[in-house]
Amino acid sequence: MPDIKSFTMNFGPQHPSAHGVLRLILELEGEVIKRADPHIGLLHRGTEKLAESKPYNQSIGYMDRLDYVSMMSNEHAYVLSIEKLLDINVPIRAKYIRVMFDEITRILNHLLWLGAHALDIGAMSVFLYAFREREDLMDCYEAVSGTRMHATYYRPGGVIKDLPLSMPKYEESKWKSKKEINKLNEAREGSLLDFIEDFCSRFPKCVDEYEALLTDNRIWKQRTVDIGIVSKERAFQLGFTGPMLRGSGVAWDLRKKQPYEIYSELDFDIPIGSNGDCYDRYLVRIEEMRQSNKIIKQCIKWLKENEGEIISDNNKITAPTRDSVKEDMESHIYHFKLFTEGYCLPEGEVYCAVEHPKGEFGITLISDGSNKPYRLKIRAPGFPHLAALNEMVRGHMISDVVAIIGTQDIVFGEIDR
Amino acid sequence: MLKNYIKSFFLLELLRGLKVTFSNMFRKKTTLRYPYEKTPQSPRFRGLHALRRYPNGEERCIGCKLCEVVCPALAITIDTEERNDGTRRTTKYDIDLFKCIFCGFCEEACPVDAIVETRIFEYHFEERGQNILKKSDLLKIGDKFEKDIAEDQKAKSQHA
Repeated sequence: MPDIKSFTMNFGPQHPSAHGVLRLILELEGEVIKRADPHIGLLHRGTEKLAESKPYNQSIGYMDRLDYVSMMSNEHAYVLSIEKLLDINVPIRAKYIRVMFDEITRILNHLLWLGAHALDIGAMSVFLYAFREREDLMDCYEAVSGTRMHATYYRPGGVIKDLPLSMPKYEESKWKSKKEINKLNEAREGSLLDFIEDFCSRFPKCVDEYEALLTDNRIWKQRTVDIGIVSKERAFQLGFTGPMLRGSGVAWDLRKKQPYEIYSELDFDIPIGSNGDCYDRYLVRIEEMRQSNKIIKQCIKWLKENEGEIISDNNKITAPTRDSVKEDMESHIYHFKLFTEGYCLPEGEVYCAVEHPKGEFGITLISDGSNKPYRLKIRAPGFPHLAALNEMVRGHMISDVVAIIGTQDIVFGEIDR
Repeated sequence: MLKNYIKSFFLLELLRGLKVTFSNMFRKKTTLRYPYEKTPQSPRFRGLHALRRYPNGEERCIGCKLCEVVCPALAITIDTEERNDGTRRTTKYDIDLFKCIFCGFCEEACPVDAIVETRIFEYHFEERGQNILKKSDLLKIGDKFEKDIAEDQKAKSQHA
């Protein structure tokens, strides 16, 4: 009998279920994985270094491009770290808007994850349904910031624009009757908040639909139950955060453990798993979508009842209003100063983290007192998750690699930075 | 126990899923016939740039170079000169669309509302170099769409 040697295979970087540009070197024995070696860096853009050469505000746009499926959450960590070092007050309305959009981002991220994960495993339709709902949330992004993905919406001290009072509407065309157009525009008659409220009332039903397709489905269960088990202790040791950690049964959520913004005033629960396998992590994320929906509803209620400023009036940090720039000399000077030099942060070092849809997204900011960061370090949640890939896939079949990459919710924008 | 066997033997959970997919067959399609129909677009949309003029035809841009300095992608290049009537105007205003990241900072920075990002997102280049929009190109876009731009600017300032 001939000796059967292990076989080395390249997975990616162009593999559709490698979620971007992951290159895995798989060492196989038959169909069983002996070792998986992730090779990263194919999407390295040097964001951290780039930020060192720009005034603080100019890097906000590049934060969107880190984890490009949860844009505003990345921005949030960045502006929080600047605010912490500056020690400025953020108006309460801005905090609510930010939290609302953080949760919209969480749903966006989880919907994409759900669609892609199901598609990897072989369920096509979930992907289509998930993107149908994503479209509405993307419209919210567009209505508020002007872009569907790379929002550049948060600013140190608040947010750049208030919520719009009207939504753009579908226009008539010869392809649709007036009645159909009116039906499409039904939710768009009011303000953005009304539009989101309408979405929130529809969304739990949509989640039920995804669950009807997946949760009890025997194929789904065969592919996810007992795949990629990570024990509680091991999850801690590996530095897991977010749904990966909660799937293993640890109730760790920065929104509860060290509440930032106004999370301490909101009512929501943290779902946790028990086995730490792919199926539990799936259930955790599904429940997180429902909880996010709940948070958004609370934010809408508050935002509808309360008016107020959306950005700090400290014009050394934030831009004065457009009208005042044209009439008031003082504002004019602030405007020019802010857009040319920016602002200087006091010397020091801060770490600020938010509960990003993927885990703990942190920014370490070291300032030497100038208008640019001395060093910016990004803690990407996906990085420790990917580092544990070898451990998670060892002993599994080759088709489980896809399920495990899917469950880790990997996005290369943040891992390679 | 027996209930579970019946459930799994009759493929009940699969049928429940199939019910969702089948019911979707009879629902209205969510897709649009794109070039003929379009999704709604916000007045805040950040697309192709344009340079605006005052109603009397004078160009707004005074060459203060705020947009040039605030541009995170360094996509804007400006040269200025004093004109015969003593005012400062740009002699060169280039935007490299390959570098632009459409963050909207230029529009935010402009003290005279000269540079704006319009709603236009359907454009293409046919030759090398066309990615660099020159001052004349930008003014042309501004002239052509001034009515829409003015409306959008108004909507933006009123948070509508």
